[in-house]
Amino acid sequence: MEITKLTALQTAAAIRQKTLTAPEALEASLEAIGATGEAVNAYITVCAGQARERAQQVQAKIEAGVLTSPLAGVPVAVKDNICTKGVRTTCASKILGDFTPFYNATVIERLEAAGAVIIGKCNMDEFAMGSTSETSYYGPTKNPWDLSRVPGGSSGGAAAAVAALQAPIALGSDTGGSIRQPASYCGVTGFKPTYGTVSRYGLIAYASSLDQIGPIARDADDCAAMMDVIRGKDDRDGTSLTVDQGSLLDAVRATESLKGMRVALPAQCFEREGLDGRVADAVRTTAGIMEELGAQVQTVDLDFLDYVIPAYYIIAAAEASSNLSRFDGVKYGMRAEEYGDLTDLYKKTRSEGFGDEVKKRILLGTFVLSSGYYDAYYRKALQVKAIIKERFDRLFERFDLILTPTAPATAPILGESLADPLKMYLSDIFTVSVNIAGLPGISIPCGFDGAGMPIGAQMIGQRLQEATVLGAAHAVQRLTDYHTRTPEVKA
Amino acid sequence: MNWEIVMGLEVHVELATKTKIFCSCTTQFGGAPNTHCCPVCTGMPGTLPVLNRKVLEYAVKAGVALGCEITRYNKFDRKNYFYPDLPKAYQISQLYLPFARDGAVEIACAPGLTKTIRIHEIHMEEDAGKLVHSAYGEASFPDYNRCGVPLIEIVSEPDFRSAQEVLAYLAKLKSTFEYLGISDVKMEEGSMRADVNLSVRPAGSQALGTRTEMKNINSFKSIERAIAYESARQIEVIESGGSVIQETRRWDENKGKTFSMRSKEDAQDYRYFPEPDIPPIEISDEMLEKIRACQPEFADQKAARYVEEYGLSEADAKIIVASVRMASLFEDTVALCGNPKEVRYWLLGEVLYFINDRGMTLSDFRLDAQSFAAFVKIAASERINRRGAKKLFEAMIFADHPLDLEAYIRENDLEQVDDAQLIREAVRAVIAENPKTVEQYKNGVTKVAGFLVGQTIKRLSGKAKPETVNRIIAQELAKL
Amino acid sequence: MQITRELVEYVADLSRICLDGASEEKMERELGAVIEYMEVLNALDTDGVEPLSHVFQVTNVMREDAVAPSSPREDILAGAPEATGQTFVVPRTLE
Repeated sequence: MEITKLTALQTAAAIRQKTLTAPEALEASLEAIGATGEAVNAYITVCAGQARERAQQVQAKIEAGVLTSPLAGVPVAVKDNICTKGVRTTCASKILGDFTPFYNATVIERLEAAGAVIIGKCNMDEFAMGSTSETSYYGPTKNPWDLSRVPGGSSGGAAAAVAALQAPIALGSDTGGSIRQPASYCGVTGFKPTYGTVSRYGLIAYASSLDQIGPIARDADDCAAMMDVIRGKDDRDGTSLTVDQGSLLDAVRATESLKGMRVALPAQCFEREGLDGRVADAVRTTAGIMEELGAQVQTVDLDFLDYVIPAYYIIAAAEASSNLSRFDGVKYGMRAEEYGDLTDLYKKTRSEGFGDEVKKRILLGTFVLSSGYYDAYYRKALQVKAIIKERFDRLFERFDLILTPTAPATAPILGESLADPLKMYLSDIFTVSVNIAGLPGISIPCGFDGAGMPIGAQMIGQRLQEATVLGAAHAVQRLTDYHTRTPEVKA
Repeated sequence: MNWEIVMGLEVHVELATKTKIFCSCTTQFGGAPNTHCCPVCTGMPGTLPVLNRKVLEYAVKAGVALGCEITRYNKFDRKNYFYPDLPKAYQISQLYLPFARDGAVEIACAPGLTKTIRIHEIHMEEDAGKLVHSAYGEASFPDYNRCGVPLIEIVSEPDFRSAQEVLAYLAKLKSTFEYLGISDVKMEEGSMRADVNLSVRPAGSQALGTRTEMKNINSFKSIERAIAYESARQIEVIESGGSVIQETRRWDENKGKTFSMRSKEDAQDYRYFPEPDIPPIEISDEMLEKIRACQPEFADQKAARYVEEYGLSEADAKIIVASVRMASLFEDTVALCGNPKEVRYWLLGEVLYFINDRGMTLSDFRLDAQSFAAFVKIAASERINRRGAKKLFEAMIFADHPLDLEAYIRENDLEQVDDAQLIREAVRAVIAENPKTVEQYKNGVTKVAGFLVGQTIKRLSGKAKPETVNRIIAQELAKL
Repeated sequence: MQITRELVEYVADLSRICLDGASEEKMERELGAVIEYMEVLNALDTDGVEPLSHVFQVTNVMREDAVAPSSPREDILAGAPEATGQTFVVPRTLE
């Protein structure tokens, strides 16, 4: 048995069936990190000691029959913007380099209650601002399929860890595509839940109205199992929703055909400048598979695509400028070595502590909220948000699912994107509108380009239709094997 | 030239909820620094606010009481600025949709004269922390216990023309919130704070002058001083050919002056935007009806009723209703003993004397409606005279533990003497012992009879019923 | 919308971020490009559209007014770059 190639559900099943133990599963992941960790740089912190201790306890509880969750004993990698009690949480920023929370994010509490073993904290773009994981203060993460390429971002570390078999499953966060796009670039499955489905308590906010935590895994079933663990109303998050608590995993596994499912294929997502033809072809092939499974696929018009990126960047930057103001060198994190008065302390700390992309978005956000510009930018963006939501709502009256490429192209070479920020922003064009409208979306591997880099297909559902989205992904994955392929990491 | 002062008020009132507005930390005043804190109110990364239901309820109660239109669809907004007393670097407040608007408050500005002060809006927000400054040295020390204590800010229109009006308005707000039970309204503890926007203009002019905003005024007394100082300062600036700068000025209690705060403060650009972490708040018809239905009887209505129902003078009624506790003690006691005049006598005579004379408060006395009513019944009876009653009353209100009134009367022999025979003997003895006085009386100085009454009562250890003594003295003197 | 050096400086000051000469120029250029790009929104007619701040029609999420224990002060202060045993420490704020 190649332990690291097991999915999360298979790992847990093997532990339940006593062919594997939680400590053994953990050691397998730690070994993989030992072998390829430095080359991929998927983790900022590996908490081997705590994880080993925890794996022992979990194993004992599984044996005692106390822990029966479908993910009990599974090692989980966690993006480093999710607070873990006693384990430093950096957001890949210098400013939080020594920040160790004394509280857990709600998702961490839920993971631990379900018997998961947190193995480490994953690299990312600083404060989740980026699409390549290159803006990390702790160095860029590399794509396990080709170390000269980026893994995508901002949850690049989490996606790379799963792709490089350094963890069977991970938690990422998605503000404009930060789970789906790196999943696509790394050939794994990433699910962004409906806004409000998973508690944001303990997720260090980038853009509060768009952020959502979700799983990155080998397949849709693992994503569903993880969702069953982490989702649900949380009294500490006012935006968390009370939703049906039935098992998503059961619903997803029961999806064998897509008979009667109406799938929309937005024309604008398949013919546009900068779109890689092989990406479009691979996603069309996925559409064909869905038709084979009984779905009715129809091309539709999605005319607002040109507006989604500006609206997204205005809203996200505005909220970020406010959310990141608390990093001021007073209560936690770093403080500049030398400073004069209070204002100087603030300015030096923030100027030394934040990287350029973060500073740029803070400035952009401050600008769009500032006196005299609010109406023209921020208010306008909220109006566009209303229009986007309404258009999606109308589309979902006629369709159950929208199928698009996850990103216009496969993973770029390191350094290419940062040279052209606008181009990097455009790599999110298919993903950001999902966050603006609060919809659930998944990226599944659907092929490879000429360079052998993975291509991802994105499926989008109406709000709270997680079962539809995950079910469709499950059904497609039953007929394809892209998600089972793993890269040979050349360490 | 004659100048007119024009003022508007921004009053912050701390709501008396048990917990903070967005987390479950206690709002208790004081406490060692940073001990009433949690990750939420100290703005730790990843934490989120969740609104306290009671805050909304209290706020809407205030809005209804001040005659405001209640906003049915409410949102919170973030007000962004950096300061070490604000751990998130934004204050959660309401800009775009304040929960109450367009209210009005009637104030008495001179005897028999009322004036309406218009309320522009009221919004909910969180308090900031406190900065302690070292006596020397170069540091300040943030204490976040106060962070997140719920506030409402009541913004008036510029309707005030004198310090008296301002004070009357503040007293009215204080009384209203006390009757609503939504705030302690103690200026000294900072649970009520007023910022005064003040400008001056030539009398008769309709245009508004340039205003300054005075902050840090923390007592009724200093408001009056601050207004006097600032208006004089502005008049002097203008009369000497200068012009008033629009700015925030800090009132310095010790120096009795206002000082310009850095003008940078005024250039602040707060970048308000809707708070994404808090879903909108809808106030239903049902909630509003419920709140309207349980608005209490406020001071003015109460005072009018006391005059009407209990026959109190307007002045007495006003004194009683000035304090919620005194009013409820008064009403509860009257309900139990049915004797408003007697209750008024002891409350306004004895209790108020101690309050005014010794700076005590109502809670310093052992005084509940049950025992007060029992006492009033005894005091109003023939069993005890005023002197005995006073002794009994003081014993009761200063007792360490509830006083057994009957036992006290027995032990101290306070029961009134109304035995004609006994009194007559005493009167005769007093007449015999005071021939000079009797002589004066015979010579027409009849007021000396009072002295003889006093002597007789004293002879009977103060327990004789004064009416009987009077009657018998008159009879005995007539016989001479 | 022309992004000027003054505007970048103003916004940087509001954000409490200082940019040295070289990065100020870069920031001016990049911000200018991004903001120019944002202007495609002007092509969209949004007259009469109510701005949408919260995507869900969820309202009135509130908690009860019940006290829970506060955190130990050591924890609150543990991450502070500078603290006494009781409070955080900042440069003096009063003149």
